Amino acid sequence: MAVKTLIEAVREAMAEEMRRDPRVIVFGEDVEEGGVFRATEGFVQEFGRERCFDTPLAESAIVGVAIGASLNGLLPIAEIQFADFIWPAVDQIINEAARIRWRSNGAWGCPIVVRAPYGAGIRGGPYHSQSVESVFAHVPGLKVVCVASPYDAKGLLKAAIRDPDPVLFFEHKRAYRLVREEVPEDDYVLPLGQAAVKREGKDITLVSYGMMAQHALKAAERAAEEDGIQVEVIDLRTLRPLDSETVLASVRKTGKALVAYEDNLFGGYGAEIAALIAEEAFDYLDGPVTRLAAPDVPISPFSPALEDAILPGEENVLEAIRRLAAY
Amino acid sequence: MAVEKVDTAGLTDQELLDVYYKMLLTRALSQRMRVLQRMGKGTFAVSAEGHEGAQVGSAYVLRPGQDWTVPYYRSVGVAVTVGMTARDVMMAFFARRDDISSGGRNMPNHFSHRELRIVSGSAPVATQVPHAVGIALASKLRGLDEVTFVYFGDGATSKGDTHEAMNFAGVHRLPVVFICENNSYAISVHISKQMAVENVSIRAQGYGFPGVTVDGNDVLAVYRAALEAHQRARAGEGPTFIEVKTYRLAPHSSDDDDRRYRSREEVEAWSQREAIVRFRALLQELGLLNQEKEESLNRRVAREVDEATDYAEQAPPPDPATVFRHLYAE
Repeated sequence: MAVKTLIEAVREAMAEEMRRDPRVIVFGEDVEEGGVFRATEGFVQEFGRERCFDTPLAESAIVGVAIGASLNGLLPIAEIQFADFIWPAVDQIINEAARIRWRSNGAWGCPIVVRAPYGAGIRGGPYHSQSVESVFAHVPGLKVVCVASPYDAKGLLKAAIRDPDPVLFFEHKRAYRLVREEVPEDDYVLPLGQAAVKREGKDITLVSYGMMAQHALKAAERAAEEDGIQVEVIDLRTLRPLDSETVLASVRKTGKALVAYEDNLFGGYGAEIAALIAEEAFDYLDGPVTRLAAPDVPISPFSPALEDAILPGEENVLEAIRRLAAY
Repeated sequence: MAVEKVDTAGLTDQELLDVYYKMLLTRALSQRMRVLQRMGKGTFAVSAEGHEGAQVGSAYVLRPGQDWTVPYYRSVGVAVTVGMTARDVMMAFFARRDDISSGGRNMPNHFSHRELRIVSGSAPVATQVPHAVGIALASKLRGLDEVTFVYFGDGATSKGDTHEAMNFAGVHRLPVVFICENNSYAISVHISKQMAVENVSIRAQGYGFPGVTVDGNDVLAVYRAALEAHQRARAGEGPTFIEVKTYRLAPHSSDDDDRRYRSREEVEAWSQREAIVRFRALLQELGLLNQEKEESLNRRVAREVDEATDYAEQAPPPDPATVFRHLYAE
């Protein structure tokens, strides 16, 4: 099995789906020349400009046009160049894509994928670094994926493209070339809504996703080696629908829960996980459900000194593990 | 004879009377919903009164089930012209279980009909405009003989979605027709505070396709403009922006009191030259309509609206247990 980066896995998933199904098209800004992160490199050569094309620089139209095209038989993948730029399209995503099936009593459906690189740690400043997932995970009718693992990304993106409902697919841009994994060449699909237990452990349940799940795995290894603490690491992968059973089963086993995410702490996605555990697994807890997240300032400042000061990473996760284990 | 000079836009006598009937039906349905709301039988009503020429005249061009219609909340006349029935309209007004548009989930006048290719819409203004462009994009990419008509009011021309969508459609030369029913008011905001141009259709120049302004109270003028735009779209010549100038004779909705911002004299003046009055005179001039025929048409419309009202009023509401259905594909 070949070792691949996240961006290679994303590209491969789209290309395979475009070969498999002529209804799949890709559009967005700069996609014809391969995209700023090279996700669509070679697509124009292989699929032509009818199936991979540049749009005017207008995020609401990119998503709104994708919705319309999906109503008329296509399976569009709309690329938003950076998740930070998705806000003008929120009306289309929340008021339209998420609701058209429900509000038409099932008559219409909206099989689109909105892909966007998200996350900090690339010295991208406050407008190339945001985590935007919690806004969309809040909305019934949407499906939301956050990935940093190449293996997960390929299988989940293929599932997202084949899914009959709108999927927000957030790829952690720091992981694009940093995270490498074995990725099968063949066609495999990972179901949306299924978390992965990436490491088993009996002492603490660490719930995470995206790049923080990568930090969590490294911190968990060190906690085992240096402190003898066995951390079970759950990578949620899909934020909505949430695989609450995997989370709860683990907490019932370990009795301690740490939720780690890169977004701002206040009102972040991890708050939902903390509430779920508190409501459904209270009797099993022998420590406070703990959150580790970025402080409540815009993510991320451009200066490395400032970004490093606010962005949670492996060291912060390890500290949080130790604090919770000592409780 | 004067009659021979009338340009009936290639419509047969039967079609001309059909256009008139659909205008009358639109008027009667709008009035009925307003009255029912005042009687407390429904919570919300939006009227198309005054827009019949703009709506029926343009939608009469569409090939139901083949072309696509992306309406807005005032599109009663568009919906009935494309093929929705008086029952369909009233079932939505009463928010009934079997309401084809939404099963009672969306507000009245948010028309949707999959088989007729009338696309479900929302209430935020102009979000439907990019959808129409996307539908037209798919028609073009798939090589299908389909044209999409999208409807919106003058307020919608200020929204970014309208600009983004028109620009996109111009770049890709898509088979889509943008129809603005300009009635001079976005609720209470006068057109003079909405735009600094006389005719908003001039903006089409900036998107690289033709824009025309037509008298929305001349139903045949609207029909001719829509037909030409439809033909351009089918010929691969790209989009058209049609601004249809008209006037809403009723308040914006049942929650609006238009006396606060419009003089009664203004409303009265427009009602003298509204589309139904003018078309009726034309049909009489053409010898297609006499008093007997007029009464017979009015009776037919009244019967239809009565029947639809009774049917919908007695129809069951949605089962609360179904509210979670259709959030995702089943």
